[in-house]
Amino acid sequence: MFRNQYDTDVTTWSPAGRLFQVEYAMEAVKQGSAAIGLRSATHIVLATVNKATSELSSHQKKIFKVDDHIGVAIAGLTADGRVLSRYLRNECINHSFVYESPLPISRLVVQLADKAQVCTQRSWKRPYGVGLLVAGLDETGAHLYYNCPSGNYFEYQAFAIGSRSQAAKTYLERRFDNFDKYSREELIKDGIFAIKETLQGEKLTSAICTVAIVGVGEPFHIINQQAIEQVIQSLDIVEDAQVEAAAAESASEEPSAAQEPAAAAPMDLQ
Amino acid sequence: MEWGAVSSEGKEVSTILESGSQRTLSPYVTGTSVLGLKYKDGVIMAADMGGSYGSTLRYKSVERIKPIGKHTLLGASGEISDFQEILRYLDELIIYDHMWDDGNSLGPKEVHNYLNRVMYNRRNKFNPLWNSLVVGGVKNGQKYLGMVGMIGTHYEDNHVATGFGNHLARPIMRAEWREDLTFEEAVKILEKCLLVLLYRDRSAINKFQISKITEEGVTISEPYALKTFWGFSAFQNPTKGAEGSW
Repeated sequence: MFRNQYDTDVTTWSPAGRLFQVEYAMEAVKQGSAAIGLRSATHIVLATVNKATSELSSHQKKIFKVDDHIGVAIAGLTADGRVLSRYLRNECINHSFVYESPLPISRLVVQLADKAQVCTQRSWKRPYGVGLLVAGLDETGAHLYYNCPSGNYFEYQAFAIGSRSQAAKTYLERRFDNFDKYSREELIKDGIFAIKETLQGEKLTSAICTVAIVGVGEPFHIINQQAIEQVIQSLDIVEDAQVEAAAAESASEEPSAAQEPAAAAPMDLQ
Repeated sequence: MEWGAVSSEGKEVSTILESGSQRTLSPYVTGTSVLGLKYKDGVIMAADMGGSYGSTLRYKSVERIKPIGKHTLLGASGEISDFQEILRYLDELIIYDHMWDDGNSLGPKEVHNYLNRVMYNRRNKFNPLWNSLVVGGVKNGQKYLGMVGMIGTHYEDNHVATGFGNHLARPIMRAEWREDLTFEEAVKILEKCLLVLLYRDRSAINKFQISKITEEGVTISEPYALKTFWGFSAFQNPTKGAEGSW
């Protein structure tokens, strides 16, 4: 039943200096379907994998608009994610009521982290079982944060959480150096690519992913399915071309133009 | 007499008075007009240093213009003690804001809106802060100038004035204000307005402070007086053409 004698309570330390209940909560994040986020100098893209629990049901919402300038993507317990989203919305709307200006992202994230931290230090509470990628734009620019159940938070250029997120992280780590210079279209494309990585061979369709964006001159919104479908189509075409090129290369040993790494080409095909 | 006191019949006066709270039903020590206008590099504000106890000119060195944080200037007319209370609120607000230590700070727009909420909230409790406030500042190259009244009325403009100034100074500012006023020109306009107010507003005194706020920060001048000339023929017989019953 229990892994050991030190995990019956959030506030109980193990002799090795660990809080098992908090670690279990972090585990819940890993079991949720993947959510990724990536950031250029002006835009942030959030993308999630939609997994329905049954063939007969629809999937649960994993991306929430908090305010015009902030949105979150969640992985883990959706119910906890919704509670925290409501809290974030409340903080934002109160700030605009009092100051008539948008709440800075860094403040919101600290408040969220403090809220999560309290749950790791009260015996009658449990930690939230959800990880949040908080994307937002404020006076200081575009930001992407990850808030986890332990009460820790980190700022990222790009990040992935949830099941099989390691594949997306590896993909993002290979490419993040250039993200600052990316256009919003390039950012969306790489976001979808990163999502594809987490599917491990399963076919990517616009039905199983949600993509949202916020940036300069663009309030937070979920990108419509047709637009995503178009990007996916263009990715497929490029991949087919690469496969063909690879085949042609092995046949003739001649370097070909199509062999170039998938750079600007896909977007030209819209 | 304390609120919630007992009437001569020995009955309690009324339930609403039982709370023992005090409200400002009329102001005691008041300051008169505050003037403000935008100029080329920022915002400039002026007020005299008088504090009137009713119609008695009781205090002569009340500072009615104060800096709020890094980017904001606040000028107040009306009840001086209420202004001091507002300054305490703002002090707490600015310190709390600073304690986040995240590089974000409240600008004049945020302070203006905050004050509007405070003033309107207090009037809803039937316990208004008896002031008209002028909020000016510069943040991120953006000039800001606004006003809040004691019941939460608020607006922004290129030039503002409270109280008597709204009647006597604003027509002058309307006629002479330009977007690209230099600091010297702006001071000249304000001093012209202050002089008119000194002549026509009985609670104005000849001891002023002028302050400016730019991207570089706040400067508040030492108190100084303007040269007056009381020999105008219109001053000779002030009640002529305004005959009263006495």
